[in-house]
Amino acid sequence: MGRWITLTVNGSKRRVEVKDNEILLDVLRDKLKVKSVKAACWRGECGLCSILLNGKLVKSCLVLAVEVDGSEILTVEGLARDGELAPIQRSFIEHGALQCGFCTPAFVLASHKLLEENPSASEDEIKESLSGIVCRCGTYYEIIEAIKDASKHYQVRKKV
Amino acid sequence: MIPRIEYYKFENLSEALSYLRNNPDSKIIAGGTDLIIQLRSKKINARKLLDISRINELKYIQDGSEYFRIGALVTIEELKKSKVIKDYAQPLWRAVNNFAVWQVRNTATIGGNICNASPAADTVPPLIVLEAKLKLQNIERVREVKIEEFFKGPGETIIERDEILTEIVIPKKNSLWRYSFIKLGRRHSHILSIVNVAVGLKMNNTKIEDAIIALGSVAPTPVRAKNVEEYLRERQATSKLIDEASREVVKDIKPISDVRASAEYRVEMSKLLVKKALNECLDIMK
Repeated sequence: MGRWITLTVNGSKRRVEVKDNEILLDVLRDKLKVKSVKAACWRGECGLCSILLNGKLVKSCLVLAVEVDGSEILTVEGLARDGELAPIQRSFIEHGALQCGFCTPAFVLASHKLLEENPSASEDEIKESLSGIVCRCGTYYEIIEAIKDASKHYQVRKKV
Repeated sequence: MIPRIEYYKFENLSEALSYLRNNPDSKIIAGGTDLIIQLRSKKINARKLLDISRINELKYIQDGSEYFRIGALVTIEELKKSKVIKDYAQPLWRAVNNFAVWQVRNTATIGGNICNASPAADTVPPLIVLEAKLKLQNIERVREVKIEEFFKGPGETIIERDEILTEIVIPKKNSLWRYSFIKLGRRHSHILSIVNVAVGLKMNNTKIEDAIIALGSVAPTPVRAKNVEEYLRERQATSKLIDEASREVVKDIKPISDVRASAEYRVEMSKLLVKKALNECLDIMK
């Protein structure tokens, strides 16, 4: 028993029934089956539940589902176009920027957003922007290299 | 899931205020980055939530002739990107630059950071030094209080149950004032402050005409360092004076030991950071 909310998730409209006390992260994973959004710390520390909510990077464990009725959500599932991976996704693969892969969706999504906003982000800006996501395998070096390498694709896109 | 709660949302201020008058047992949620954690861990118990995050009339930064006005729902990221804040509210801008992480800054609001009343809130010492006032509104009236009189203890403020913090008012002061802000944490971002210090000095050549100093995380509420201020006023700014004045801060603070640092460490760091912040203001020896 609850109320119906409407979300646009990765481009498709989804109606879902939620309780007032349900966390957006739970609704995404358990009801809408968006499994790239990872549940780990539940208190806004690890950043693995990061999503783009109306174009802003937020932690979905700190948001109630009822708060975001009518919102647009983008997760890593929505990055590929016509079966073609986004440049940032290809770059993560080329640089082997993961080990266990649990943090990868959050890092990919956050760096995609960062490069869209600031395609010429410096290494310091990259580090600052991503400081809210943790990788326990410690692949930060490869992640930063992957982002720097992918940035040229976003610079081209911005010029067009 | 958080404990069971009833959720209410209004998109204009007067509706929210009249709801609040009739439902004083409600907890207000804006960005929610602290509140959701507190509800989940049962540090705060509430039966009803009033969501004010969609009240667009509280989202503005206004640059007037005598005052800046910041709507309570302006996010920390918006402050960080604001040229007005960067140019005219330097210590606040420095604080929001090192505030939590990108995801949290995108959601967290300045009003929430104030009303949450954490002794470690990074926006508060800068706002004290800038002599900010808070507008508290209920369905009938608006009142203004000085920000340093707003806090009673950790998580406790003087706000009435039917009031909403609507605006932060910062007076424009003359150009003789110089400011600095320093935050000490275990890393640069994404960490609660062990100590934070904001300093404002009004200089007349090498003489300190006036001083305002505020610290966070070293007492149950953010505090003014009045003993340090008194020591500095109407004196020539020498490194000897700065040294002596910084040590006075022990009379103004009452730190505790917690998971982040011991009380002894906080005392030592307070002296050091006050000195460093004063020197930064004066541009002598870093």
